[in-house]
Amino acid sequence: MTRIRSMLLLAMTLSGLSGLGNVYAAEAVEGSAKFEKLDQCVEPTSVMRRNHFEFIKHQRNLTVHQGIRGSKHSLAGCVDCHARKDTEGNFVPVNAEGQFCDACHDYAAVSPDCFSCHSTVPGEK
Amino acid sequence: MSKVEQQGRREFLKGTAATAAISIAPGVMLHSLTADAAPRTEAVTDKVRWGMLIDANKCADGCTDCVSACDKENGLDLVNMPEGADESLWERQRPRWIRQVSLKDNLSGKITHLPMMCQHCEKPPCVDVCPTGASFRRADGIVMVDRHICIGCRYCMMACPYKARSFIHAEVAEKLTHTPRGKGCVESCNLCVHRLDNGQTTTACQDACQHQAIVFGDLNDPESAVSQALKKYPSVQIRADLKLNTGVRYSNI
Ligand code: SF4
Ligand code: SF4
Ligand code: SF4
Repeated sequence: MTRIRSMLLLAMTLSGLSGLGNVYAAEAVEGSAKFEKLDQCVEPTSVMRRNHFEFIKHQRNLTVHQGIRGSKHSLAGCVDCHARKDTEGNFVPVNAEGQFCDACHDYAAVSPDCFSCHSTVPGEK
Repeated sequence: MSKVEQQGRREFLKGTAATAAISIAPGVMLHSLTADAAPRTEAVTDKVRWGMLIDANKCADGCTDCVSACDKENGLDLVNMPEGADESLWERQRPRWIRQVSLKDNLSGKITHLPMMCQHCEKPPCVDVCPTGASFRRADGIVMVDRHICIGCRYCMMACPYKARSFIHAEVAEKLTHTPRGKGCVESCNLCVHRLDNGQTTTACQDACQHQAIVFGDLNDPESAVSQALKKYPSVQIRADLKLNTGVRYSNI
């Protein structure tokens, strides 16, 4: 992704737009992710931007060690809500270039390690 | 997932669970949905100890239904042989959480078949040796690997007397949401923990066994099917001499 494009994305993200414009990879259909139809994430957007990694790290310990799966912060929940579909209706990985995770992480040059093990598309229900 | 939606889903689960058993196809009942089938919101406790009784007499020669069911349930069938790998090496090293084992008594010639998975030891050697704390025993008796912490040293694989653990040698392209999996970590049977945490009460291997060789349940509940069966039939722990107090017991071996 070019630097200008990333800057544009970040600017749009920071300006509080929930739909990130049409700069995503061509195959992902805008508006096809659940979050695009909702007013707010599980916390206010500003809180999520700053603390999402703390939330899911806390949750991962609760889930693995105590079996708690019913709370509102979960990586599976992030993926479920933020993955878009392509024109054929198949999910596009949430960390693919230009997709939700990548949009900011690419700009910030922080590479999330979640998806070396975790699924990048919403799961079987 | 939004608050509203999550609640909606839980309400939905509650609503459908109230009908107790749901017919998913003629003659096939989803009997593992119980009245309180909803994701856990409270920590597991030691009031429950999950365990199994496996009847080797019922386990049929040549049947591998439990192995395929476990592979499918836990996405092990999605792990492909790394390109250029040696096929026989792959067969020996591919991840397996449950195996079909045959025992032959040399004196009588009698052959016994049994499925073997992590025995969920009360005093697990894998946990003893793990240098990072990744191998741990959950309050409800399930022995698991916290793969966020595992460094892939494989010490636990050497320590386990039951060959229960597998190592993931290469990156895995496709993984299930409820069974994350990545290169460089050890894993083993977790008694289908995602099912239990979501309110289900059976394991995939148990459901798949057409011969009812596997009884699963709470060893601490005297009324559970597994406690009743243990009370009724003679059973043994494999390698009882190690005094690990395994959660998986066998009869007729
Ligand atoms: S069977 Fe092996 S992996 Fe399972 S708890 Fe015992 S020592 Fe650990
Ligand atoms: S491979 Fe992982 S779980 Fe096993 S002993 Fe090493 S760190 Fe612990
Ligand atoms: S209990 Fe679940 S994870 Fe363990 S062997 Fe059976 S199907 Fe596999």
